[in-house]
Amino acid sequence: MTHLPNHNHDPSIATIEVKNLVVHYGPRKILDGVSLRVFPAEILVVLGGSGCGKSTLLRTMLGLLRPTSGQVLIKSKDITRLNEDELLEIRLRTGVLFQSAALFNSMTIEENVSLPLREHTALNDATIKIMSRIKIGLVGLSGYEDFLPSQLSGGMKKRAGLARAISMDPEVLFFDEPSAGLDPITAAGLDDLILKLKKTFKMSIIVVTHELPSVFKIADRIVMMDKGLVIFDGTTEEIKASSIPRVRQFIEREPEGDACQTGQFLEALNCG
Amino acid sequence: MVRYLLGYIGRQAGRAVANLHQAARLINQTAYWVTIGSFKKGVRVGSLIHEMTAVGFNSIPIVAVIAFCIGMILALQAAYQLRRIGAMVYVADLVCLSIARELGPMLTAIIVAGRSGAAFTAEIGSMKVAEEIDALVTMGLNPIKFLVVPKFMAMLLMLPCLTLLADLTGMVAGGVIGVASLGLDAGVYYQQALRAVAMKDIIGGLVKSLSFACIITLVGVHQGFLVEGGATSVGERTTSSVVTSIFLIILADCFFTTLSYIFT
Repeated sequence: MTHLPNHNHDPSIATIEVKNLVVHYGPRKILDGVSLRVFPAEILVVLGGSGCGKSTLLRTMLGLLRPTSGQVLIKSKDITRLNEDELLEIRLRTGVLFQSAALFNSMTIEENVSLPLREHTALNDATIKIMSRIKIGLVGLSGYEDFLPSQLSGGMKKRAGLARAISMDPEVLFFDEPSAGLDPITAAGLDDLILKLKKTFKMSIIVVTHELPSVFKIADRIVMMDKGLVIFDGTTEEIKASSIPRVRQFIEREPEGDACQTGQFLEALNCG
Repeated sequence: MVRYLLGYIGRQAGRAVANLHQAARLINQTAYWVTIGSFKKGVRVGSLIHEMTAVGFNSIPIVAVIAFCIGMILALQAAYQLRRIGAMVYVADLVCLSIARELGPMLTAIIVAGRSGAAFTAEIGSMKVAEEIDALVTMGLNPIKFLVVPKFMAMLLMLPCLTLLADLTGMVAGGVIGVASLGLDAGVYYQQALRAVAMKDIIGGLVKSLSFACIITLVGVHQGFLVEGGATSVGERTTSSVVTSIFLIILADCFFTTLSYIFT
């Protein structure tokens, strides 16, 4: 909240630009013309209810899904049209923390974190060890290098997943529901970590979530989605003051319609 | 009714084509990464050794025990028939030939399909459920190179070795039964076995086992990548992996045997 809105940024310096993205899953249209921009050293939160298409948007931005039409420009390269080698170059500059952390269960924390370094760089073992230990220390897991993922708690797994995501010093970092399944204290710790990363490494960070407390804490800018469309794009102050009904409903946690239909139910009882 | 039927056939055909397309892509990529790719970018030796242990070394006891039992069964069944015409010495021919040509390769493949093929599917399937495959891709690591190639190479190397082990154990078991309960002389059994089995029988069996190795790995891995959703799907795909592998192994065996019958 303490950060200035990035609206006045020059569009040409955007790290990621999504243009008119349309994605189908089978015959169903999931995204219907989504556009957004992410700037350097900015945390963009993609907000939305379940099934609004935010996970699909994330998967498309990661190059895991092919869009029906539209573009995803990362560092002004359209990743939907790149070949494997060009895509690899982009992938080395992006990090992802998946919802389930997605650590490799057969490897220790240190092996997990050092995997990208071992596979993609020609560094020697000693350097790789130091680099991965720095990253493990950064997320506060020093001392757990030789643990297996199954020996860690949910919050620690997320931290380890984050250490792996930043092991190649990416310029763009994606988070898929970072606080899902975590208690409020651990979730707040993870939020602090995200803010620290932005400050230290000047990364562009995209967080897909629906946890409001965490959104207001970390977001520089918020994009809200509903039914495959972007219905709001602005700062935290703007979203709090927004008069769009769907946004208000989400912010104020109102249920969908009269969910239980108590009135009708009682009426039916009386008639019978 | 007709419309419903046509619709059903169309949907099934569409699904089959999509499935085939996926399988073809998998075969194509695996072939690339096993041959050209591994020359260009190297093989993950650690994973290869790990897989070789899992596929090969750990299968030794079960393969040996089953081959021994099969050798015994064959010897007893052969004796049952051959005793009536007084040609007990041909027990060696029957046991050794059928093991070297058919039962050695096929039984080993079926055991390994049940052990390692199922393990491949379950491993890749649960990795897919836990987003680990997506994580590999986003880290710029090709899942085929990273997961499939070590399994494929390990299987290609270890299945023929296991087949040889099964061949030997089965033949020895035939001899043990021959000596112990059929009254054959060990030397005679040995001489008769040597006369009966030619090198081409053994090599033919090994060639078969190479093709079985391809079937087990590709089916196991393909079914693993088809997992979607959760644990139920992993279970279903694992079952389907074993059933498909065994079916294709027997089909391939049938094909090879017919081929060798025609051309010799």
